[in-house]
Amino acid sequence: MEENNVAQSPEAIAAAAKKKEGLWYNIVHNGPFLLFALPGAIWMIFFFYIPVFANVVAFKEFQFSPDGFLASLAQSKWVGFQNFKFLFTSDAAWLITKNTLLYNLGFITLNLIISVFFAIVMSELRHKRLVKVYQTSMLLPYFLSWVIIGYFVMAFLNPDKGLLNTMLHTNINWYAEPKYWPFILLFIGTWKGIGYNSILYFATVMGIDPTYYEAATVDGANKWQQIKNITIPQLVPLMTLMSILAVGNIFRADFGLFYTVPQNSGALYNVTSVLDTYIYNGLTSTGDIGMSSAASLYQSVVGCILLLITNAIVRRLDSDSALF
Amino acid sequence: MKKKKKIDSVTVHSFSRGTDLFFNIIVGIFALSCLLPLFFVIVISLTDENALATYGYRLWPKVWSFAGYKYLATMGGELLRSLWISVLVTVVGTVINSTFTSTYAYAISRSSFKYRRFFTVFCLVTMLFSPGMVANYIVVTNMLHLKDTLWALILPMAVSPFNIIVMRTFFKRQVSESIIESARIDGASEMRIFTQIVIPLAVPGIATISLFAALGYWNDWFNALLYIQSDNLVPLQYLLMKIQSNIEMLSQNASSGTQFGGSLMAIPKEATRMAMVVIATLPIACSYPFFQKYFVRGLTIGGVKE
Repeated sequence: MEENNVAQSPEAIAAAAKKKEGLWYNIVHNGPFLLFALPGAIWMIFFFYIPVFANVVAFKEFQFSPDGFLASLAQSKWVGFQNFKFLFTSDAAWLITKNTLLYNLGFITLNLIISVFFAIVMSELRHKRLVKVYQTSMLLPYFLSWVIIGYFVMAFLNPDKGLLNTMLHTNINWYAEPKYWPFILLFIGTWKGIGYNSILYFATVMGIDPTYYEAATVDGANKWQQIKNITIPQLVPLMTLMSILAVGNIFRADFGLFYTVPQNSGALYNVTSVLDTYIYNGLTSTGDIGMSSAASLYQSVVGCILLLITNAIVRRLDSDSALF
Repeated sequence: MKKKKKIDSVTVHSFSRGTDLFFNIIVGIFALSCLLPLFFVIVISLTDENALATYGYRLWPKVWSFAGYKYLATMGGELLRSLWISVLVTVVGTVINSTFTSTYAYAISRSSFKYRRFFTVFCLVTMLFSPGMVANYIVVTNMLHLKDTLWALILPMAVSPFNIIVMRTFFKRQVSESIIESARIDGASEMRIFTQIVIPLAVPGIATISLFAALGYWNDWFNALLYIQSDNLVPLQYLLMKIQSNIEMLSQNASSGTQFGGSLMAIPKEATRMAMVVIATLPIACSYPFFQKYFVRGLTIGGVKE
């Protein structure tokens, strides 16, 4: 009898191995890794997955209940697409969508052109020490918060004391004149990010194989031809990647820029209202959570679709530049 | 005898002298424009209050004064409390963020982790879609009940999915499987491998994500705007924001002639406000040039794709 146990059939071995691969075995066997991943996974559940499902409030007439989230959900009544109907029949929907899209298109274009320009120019400057100094200075705004930038802008645009009115000998009430703000916002938004983006491109330029340039010089190519035919083509993959990321986020406005820099001034709402400020105002001051959550879901869904579309297009053109 | 013209890596990238000067001026002007506002705000903070009232903000004041900073010392409590909250949130938040981000990234970077695909996708999905401000607000206030607690300033930024993906690539590149394998054959536990072998090898990457996290926490005012009502929990950036919005309310109501109750906090004078801006800015302005290489490396280590 004992001999039978020792000489196991191949099937028995396979069965034992399969049993060994069971769920419980795997969990114990991967225990340390699961522990490593656990805090992050819990965070994602509470700050991503549950909030994603919490978006059902867009289809409800939401009321906060002190008994917690599930009670709030259960007690709020379903209203179907009513919130969306209100949102899209209001004047605000078109205005905030238009503003968000146009400003972001402006930022994407300006950022791309100016950062690539600065990156190439800085890579060709003779004094490398000076380039370091330039880069360090240009990074400063990137590291500061919008609140601080708001104070900076205030120092220039304050109607009574600001530097701009003093220097131009004008008396413009900047925070009440909508016509200047598209330019101001485009300028500030681009200015803050140029340092970071240009360093990103700069690093890529410096990583280009120098033999390309040597060969081009031997062949008699001048600087402009080298930039056009070597540097820029080498930058294209990164430019595409950055643009997909930006287009995927085109429905998401920089809340800090649009909320703090214009000092939330009522006279400027037509040119400073974007999706994010609208959602925030709905959530806090007007207390209209239904409309606000509808706008929020609208923003997320369109943003996600845009990201998928741009990525699909890029993957078809050049699969190496695609995000996933 | 004329020396042959040498082409080396230095001369590969360089303009001719004239062009060089021209572009130096352009880049130089832009670089100055990035430093000017901070300089300007420092100057305003050192200007005499009466001179400010008469001549407005000037790049070089008529009368210098330290009164702004002296007044800061007298207002003490409120400012110190905000400073303390900012420092506390930054320190605790950075430790939590860098720990959770790197452990998660390390787990999904190891090919012997059976569920790494699941956890990678679990993380990638969070970058595709945004749950939105309203849903996050409802979960934080109504489900986690974090409103008016310090955790509301820390937890929303406690993990960065993007940095997880960056760090995963970094671990894969920096820590070879063979080192880990040999440590395991020597009998080291996974925990020991992580703390004693992987972390020392990954210091540049961890430093980078920690710096980004610290910067994010120090500069954060948004979570405070959403979740903080108590005066005891106001971080520095949000304090500045509240002062600014109180000024607007005052000026708007002054023009419309409404009266205010005593609900508003005392608004510090111009020079003092700018002194507060300087205090919120200086820690970053003084330290980032030294950490710059980590930030820049962070951009390049993070070839997100394999």
